[in-house]
Parts: sequence; C-alpha cells; structure tokens
Amino acid sequence: MIRRLFTLALALALALPAAAETVLIRNARVHTADVAGTLEGSDVLVRDGLIAEVGKALVAADARVLEANGRALTPGLFGGLTALGLEDVSAEIGSVDHAYTPGAVMPAQPLSMRPEFDVAHAYNPASMVIPVQVIEGVTFTLLAPSSMPGGSLVGGLGGLATLDGSSIDLLPASRTLFVALGSGASPLTGNSRAAQFMLLDQAIRETRGALFEGDRLLTLAGRETMAKYLGGGRVLFYVDRAVDIRRTLAFAKKHGMKPVIAGGVEAWQVAAELAAAKVPVLIDPLVNLPGNFDQFGATLENAARLHEAGVRIAFTMSGDSSHMARKLRQAAGNAVANGLPWDAGLAAVTANPAAIFGANDRGRISVGQRADLVLWSGDPLEVTSLADQVWIGGEAQPMTSRQTLLRDRYAPKR
Amino acid sequence: MNLLRIAIVLALAPPLLAAEAPYPSTYQVPASAPVLIRDATVLVGDGSKLEAADVLLRDGRIAAVALDLEVPADARIVEGKGKVLTPGLIDVHSHLGVYASPGMMSHQDGNEMTAPTTPNVWAEHSLNPNDPGFDTARAGGVTSMQILPGSANLIGGRGITVKNVPATTYQAMKFPGAPYGLKMACGENPKRVYGTKGAAPMTNMGNVAGYRKAFLDAQEYVRAQDEFTRKLVAWESNDKKDRGDRPTAPKTDLALDTLAGVLRGEILVHNHCYRADEMATMLDLASEFGFRITAFHHGVEAYKIADLLAAKGTCAALWADWWGFKMEALDGIQENLAFVDAAKDSCAIVHSDSPEGIQRLNQEAAKAMAHGNRAGLEIAPERAIRWLTANAAKAIGVAEKVGTIEVGKQADVVLWNGSPFSVYAKAEQVWIDGALRFDRSDRNSWHQADVMLGMRKEVTP
Repeated sequence: MIRRLFTLALALALALPAAAETVLIRNARVHTADVAGTLEGSDVLVRDGLIAEVGKALVAADARVLEANGRALTPGLFGGLTALGLEDVSAEIGSVDHAYTPGAVMPAQPLSMRPEFDVAHAYNPASMVIPVQVIEGVTFTLLAPSSMPGGSLVGGLGGLATLDGSSIDLLPASRTLFVALGSGASPLTGNSRAAQFMLLDQAIRETRGALFEGDRLLTLAGRETMAKYLGGGRVLFYVDRAVDIRRTLAFAKKHGMKPVIAGGVEAWQVAAELAAAKVPVLIDPLVNLPGNFDQFGATLENAARLHEAGVRIAFTMSGDSSHMARKLRQAAGNAVANGLPWDAGLAAVTANPAAIFGANDRGRISVGQRADLVLWSGDPLEVTSLADQVWIGGEAQPMTSRQTLLRDRYAPKR
Repeated sequence: MNLLRIAIVLALAPPLLAAEAPYPSTYQVPASAPVLIRDATVLVGDGSKLEAADVLLRDGRIAAVALDLEVPADARIVEGKGKVLTPGLIDVHSHLGVYASPGMMSHQDGNEMTAPTTPNVWAEHSLNPNDPGFDTARAGGVTSMQILPGSANLIGGRGITVKNVPATTYQAMKFPGAPYGLKMACGENPKRVYGTKGAAPMTNMGNVAGYRKAFLDAQEYVRAQDEFTRKLVAWESNDKKDRGDRPTAPKTDLALDTLAGVLRGEILVHNHCYRADEMATMLDLASEFGFRITAFHHGVEAYKIADLLAAKGTCAALWADWWGFKMEALDGIQENLAFVDAAKDSCAIVHSDSPEGIQRLNQEAAKAMAHGNRAGLEIAPERAIRWLTANAAKAIGVAEKVGTIEVGKQADVVLWNGSPFSVYAKAEQVWIDGALRFDRSDRNSWHQADVMLGMRKEVTP
C-alpha cells in the first residue's frame, strides 16, 4: 500500500512541470476566455503549475513578480488539428507519421479500416517544429491522424498533446476517432461518397458481431476500438458540404457517437441544426473560395454566423496546419474582422477547443486551471502583436527556436 | 543605304517577325468621373507618407496629390479622414486563373509537366478569367498581379501581368505595355517531378545542366537571328540586279524565342528558388549567359544573402512565414523580408503564391514588419508598403505606370478603413485606372465570377 501511494505521488510529481516556480503576473489585461471576460489591471498568481489566484492587488511573498504593465494575458493557444510532433518536413515521408497508408506502398490491398491506428505512438515532443509554435503562444494541439491516398476514411485515433517539450502522453479524456467524408475522401471509397456511409455501416455491423462472407474491414483490435466510440465516444468527421453535415449528424445520433464537425465550410447553412444537437464545429475561418463542389458556400462569415446561431466553434488551419499552427491567431483575428465578437474569437482558440476535446484543465484563466499562459505585446489577435512570454504548466518557456537561432546568426550588422 | 528600310527590317526581325505582338491586350480604361479623396493618410509607396492629403483621380490617372486641393466642380468627393490611402497592391506571384477555383482536375493548368524545359508555353493560354479568386483578391486591395506557370519545370514558360478587373477574356485583363516574365525554378520541384520518373533532372546538378543546355541553345538561336538580320540588311542595301536570293530567315522556335527575349533583356526572369546557395548558383548562371534575374521568388533563405541580392539588383519576392513543408523551406524565418529589406538598395517584395494569401498581402507585410521591428530594424508602415507596391511594380517592369501615388501614374489606389497593417484592416474602396472596381459598402455591387452563380443554395431542413 505504501508502495502504491509512493507510486501515486511519483506519478503526480511527474505530471507537474519539473521547475514550475511561483510567479505573480501583475497588472495585466487578463483575457480569461471565461465568463469573467476581460479583467483590466488584474493580477494572476501561478503556483505549482496551476493558476492559484486571479484578482487585483494580489500578494504572494514567495512569488517572483512579473510586471505586465497592462499587456494582454491569455490562456495558451490551441494549435488546431495538426501533426505537430508527427512530422518535421511535410514532403519528406521519412519524417512524417500521421497517416497509415498501406495502399500507398503496396497497391491493390483489399479495402480495410484500422481505427486502432493511434498517432500517440509516433508523437515526438522534442520535434523542432514545436518550439516554433510555442514561442508564438501555442501550448496545446490536437494530434490528428490523416486520411491520405492509400489509407482509409477512418483515419484512426488522435488526441490532445501538451506542447511542453517533454510530455509524451495524450490527454486521456481527449481521445478522438477520426473519419474523413465527402469529396476529399471519395477516392478512398471507390470514388463515391455514398460508399462512405455504406462502408461505415459495414464496419459498425462487424463491430456488433455480424458475420460477412467477403473481406472483413476490421481487425479484432479495430472492432474493439470501434465499440468504444460507438458507446458515446467522440468522433471527429471531416465534412464540408451542408447536406453531408446533416447526414453526419443523423448517422452519429443513430450509432451513439458524439460528433465533432471539422472543415465545416458550409456549416453556417445548417447552423441551427448544429446548435440544436450541440455539435461543435472546427473551421478555418480564412476559407472563402470553393476548393471543390463541397465548398461553394464558403464565406468569411462562417465563424460569425455559426457563433450567432449558438454553435460552439473552434479554429484549425487547412493546408500545412502543423508548421502554420501559429497562424491560427491571425485566422481568429480575421474571423473577428468579419463579424465574430472578439471574445468569441479568442475562445475559439482557447476555451472552446479545450472543452470540445474534454480538456477541462485548460483553455481559460481561472483558479485551478493549468497555468498555460501567454503575455502579449499587444492585442493577441492582431498580426503586429507578438508573444513576449509563454508559460506551460507554470513553467516559463524559453523563447527560442531554431528560427530565432537562424535569425540571430544572420541578423544584419548595424 | 535606306535608313528607314534598315529600321523596319531590324524592328521586324526579333521576335517572331510579327508586326504586332500576338495575343494583344484589349484592356480598356473605362470612362469614370473624377474622384477627390480628401484628408487621407497617404502611404505613397516610395517610402514617404503624407498626412491629411488630397488625391485627385481624373481620366484614369492620378491628377494631383497635395494638401488642401481645390475641389474640382465635377469631382466626386470621398472622405478619407481617419483612413489610409495606398497604391493598389501588386502580387508578383499568383496562379489565379491557371489553377482556378474550384480546384478540380480540369483546372490544373499551371504546370506543363511533359518536359523539364518548356519556355514555349505561355501562362496566359491557360488563364481562365472565370476564377472567383480574382474577386476576393480585389476585395483585398490587389489591383495588378503577375500570373506565372508553376514550378514543376526548370523553365516553366511565360508569365502574364494583368489588371485585376472582371473580364471574360484574359486579353481584357492584360496589363498594356507590361513586359513578359519567364518562370524558372530551382531545387526540389523539378528534380522530384522528373527524377521520380527516372528522367533528367534528378539532382540539383542535373537542374543546372538543364538551364545551361537551354541557354546555350538560345545563344545559338540569337546568333542565327542576328546573322540573318545582318545579311538581310546587306541584301536590302545592295543593288537589286545582282544581290541574289533574299536570305532565308531561320525557323522560328517558340521555346528559343522566349529565351532569346531573356537574353535580349525584353523578358524578365522570375526564379522560384529557396536556398541561398542555389540562388547564388543561379546568379552565376545569369552571368554566364549575360542575362539578369529580375527576382527570386519564395527565397526562404534570401536573408542569408541579402547583400548579394542587393548588389546584383535582384528582387526577392517572399512569404512572411511559410516554412517547413519541404527540406528547401526548412530555414524559413519570419524576419526574412525585413532582413532582405535592410540591405542598401534592396528590393524586398511580399508575394502570395496563394489564393488565400493574395487576399491579405497587407497582413503578410504587417507580420514581417512586426518581426523586423522586434529584431530592432524600425520599419515604418510607409517603408513596408513598398514591399507590396513600388518594389513589386519594379519587379514586373511596370514601375513607371503603377506602384506609387504620384501625379501622372495610373490611378490604381486603395482606401483602407485604417492602417492596412492590421488584421482588422479592410479595403473599403478599390480604384483601378480611376474606376471604382470594389466598394465594400455596397454588397450588391461586388462582382461574382460566373462559376459562382447558382451554386450557393442554402440547405434547410
């Protein structure tokens, strides 16, 4: 028993940052991303890696004091759905681990699904891509398995990573099954989106024990994984076209899944249904051109319209979302420029993604939350503002990356 | 010797022996009433700034720039107080129309990936004006752009410069008098596209061998043409009785004709090139064959050779923050633009290469400015605006026509709701050649590309 307690204590100690000091951040413009809204001239006390107090004129004898001088303080930012720590250089297959694509290396494989493919096993917290994002305020991300050519419409399992450079484990409550639907995934399903629901239906029947004469889609482990997510698990569907989103909602409801919509280019057209079903949506607010025939409803007002209808939104970059995770803040600013209230813009990269993915320990500045914080030189959503200091779990992050080292090496001599 | 005749012969010789350049521009400056923009902060584009200045647009030109201009009786007044007027933004690197939205298979018209050297193809012959990206770019204040072939090939073909006006033919967008550009590409793209097929080039040294072969052929072609011109002039001036047969013109070759244009300095070289060492190699290649590289594009390592670029008079058209998507983009830093700009006689440019990026070139510049300032460079907005106006105009050979707010220039101007160097900035009104082409306040006036019509049906339960 003593031994077990010791193990527990050790586990707790390991869970907290090693060198988290007690810090009093004084006189900040505190954007809580919480019901408290923005607190002018407020202090935040960080102790043991957590936010210990928020208020005016706080006193803590043991704390190092940092004068914010009215600068903005926000929760650490969400990096979106990324492959941070799963890829270093996108075009170099040897440095990329976010997709299981046996069909790409061995053509003519029978169609299969591997929902048990789990990117957690590939995550490298020491990837050089991560500090580049951290020093711009990104402190957590959702590692997303991809459905790529040679893979499956069921991409596998993802989850939330804390970008402190050492934590390996993904947040247990954040685990999510990824499914790609629509035009982009159509080549994975015999070139019809109709086959996507057909194949998902087959996988569900297999999971529930139905026997098939032909090729099975799932392995035993795959069926176990599917079973978990059919019982109220979080399933993220990449889907853009309005009518496909409606079908996805019905499908998820029928099979007991807790859906998250990602992509959602035309989500504003079905905003009322999404709000009624309390289904959150992750969008790239910069998408306003049709990439294909699923996206003709693309508009810069997607975020504002979804928010107005009561849908919980979060942001993610399309394209190179890993290297450009730091651009999510700019995307949020653009959503605000196109009608989204500022507080909702901040929430879409802090509190909302944390809540959507079951991370109740972060995303807001309130007592008891992890001290994942960013002190900004100006308006956090403004392109000319930069992060002055980032804390993760109360630990001040070194504000360096290989990019700042290159900067310092090649700075013009004056 | 008949001087007039010689002049005619010389004029007719290069290129294509045509009296008029083929595929001519049909762009027309529309008639528009004079416009007086009053009391605006003017970022001139030449590095200077005017406060509370008035700018008069008349007959498609900038007619006056001054404090307290007298209001012409026939002018429409636009209140600019609290707003910022800039030259129309110019993107030197776009693929709008050659990779039109929606991005379907049939819209992949930017890369003639059938041979590594295709100077014979012209981007304008792929340019589909029915691309909604032109409209969204205009709403971002972009009034001109150069549209280039892609970077699959060592020599990808000719680019085209257009005015960003709604049109049903590319000729109606073609910027009158703008020179052609030639797209060249270094590095990973050509060697990947061909090397993976087991064809040349497979390596960077294969790339360079490919350029050299092409320009050696072009030198030979130019020599043959010059020789013919000399013979023709001699023949024309000889006595008609005993001068023999008229010299035969060498066969026109579309590919070599474009490269000959480069060697003669008539076509500007725009070179996709990421790494510093590769850019230095390309500058040597240009010296070897006696041409200039007008601009490197993408140049994520341009900051490593900022002084060399400035010394060679070569512009660098860059992103604010793209990096890491391939090995040659690994060393991208957000101070790239600012460091390149800091060299004496530099020519730093913000470019997009993206239908999203072209909509917010101002934000890209703002990010680069902020990072430069944090690195201690003290870059003011009036300096940074050059990156997307005057410097860009210089790189595509239209600096005499656009790129600054100066009397006599074409009236391409943008009125912003405040500083354009902000995520909240909006282009309120965009004039091209004095005609109001975008007015944010009148939603019904926004041009929609044909392809968008009838597509945006709402799905309701």
